[in-house]
Amino acid sequence: MKLLRMKPGHGEILVAEGDVDVQEEERRLIEAFRRELDAGMWAAVPTERRDGRREAELVKSFGEVPRDAERVIFFPRAAGGASRADR
Amino acid sequence: MLLALGTAAIVLAVLLWELARSRALRLLRAAGTQLQTALERARSRESAPLGYDPGRERRAEQRARELLRSCVEERDWAMYRDLGFMRVWGGLGGRAHGTDASYAYLIYPHRPIVAYVPQTGALLNEYCVAFPDHSRPYGSARLPDSDDVLAKWMALVADERHLIEQANMHLPGRQVDPERVKRDLARLTRWEREGGIGATDILRAA
Repeated sequence: MKLLRMKPGHGEILVAEGDVDVQEEERRLIEAFRRELDAGMWAAVPTERRDGRREAELVKSFGEVPRDAERVIFFPRAAGGASRADR
Repeated sequence: MLLALGTAAIVLAVLLWELARSRALRLLRAAGTQLQTALERARSRESAPLGYDPGRERRAEQRARELLRSCVEERDWAMYRDLGFMRVWGGLGGRAHGTDASYAYLIYPHRPIVAYVPQTGALLNEYCVAFPDHSRPYGSARLPDSDDVLAKWMALVADERHLIEQANMHLPGRQVDPERVKRDLARLTRWEREGGIGATDILRAA
């Protein structure tokens, strides 16, 4: 599983990568996941349904991430309006 | 005599105004849009961070495009690639798709999400929402364009109600020119009629 984070001026960066079935690697993934959420990120898991339709799922804890998910994408949480300061 | 002439002049002026009003309003709106665009350009020049590197931004956008492409359906990706925006069907009140959906959204990079009625093209609302990264790694809080589109897409598809609640809702025309949206909807219709196959696909197929 890869934890990716969108980043201004860079595109996505790899935050962490590991096998959820390996205890030590899962622990590292959980820590990285928490760090991103604490930094104010939202986490989404891109998914594909059986009929081929692509969707996404927002998750609030590592426990909500499907075990077979390949990627979790972190992005800044939504804020109403695009203020000039954000540009 | 003077009274009659005065009244006739007023009636004539009102009639002329009625005839010219729609054209005058269109011209005013177009001038307003041009002014707004010019101001936005000037602002972005003023607010460009000192460490701004066009090459880095281009590479960031390229990465973001690849990520977007890997997450959405091929057709949605082609729509964004060819038209510069993406349509998402509205899901509140029934997860209907295509022409059965009661409303849909247009996602533009770094622009409000525009809600409209697919059957009529009537514009409903603008939802102003941003994903500012306050850590500002290179001096700017702004994600690459395609990351912004992907963030909106994921948030809409995953939890439409929540995203809409986070957004500032406005009537159409506040930030996105309604005429532009109408042109985009016409382009989308044409694009779909042609099978949504862009030049790149044709080249690839050949």
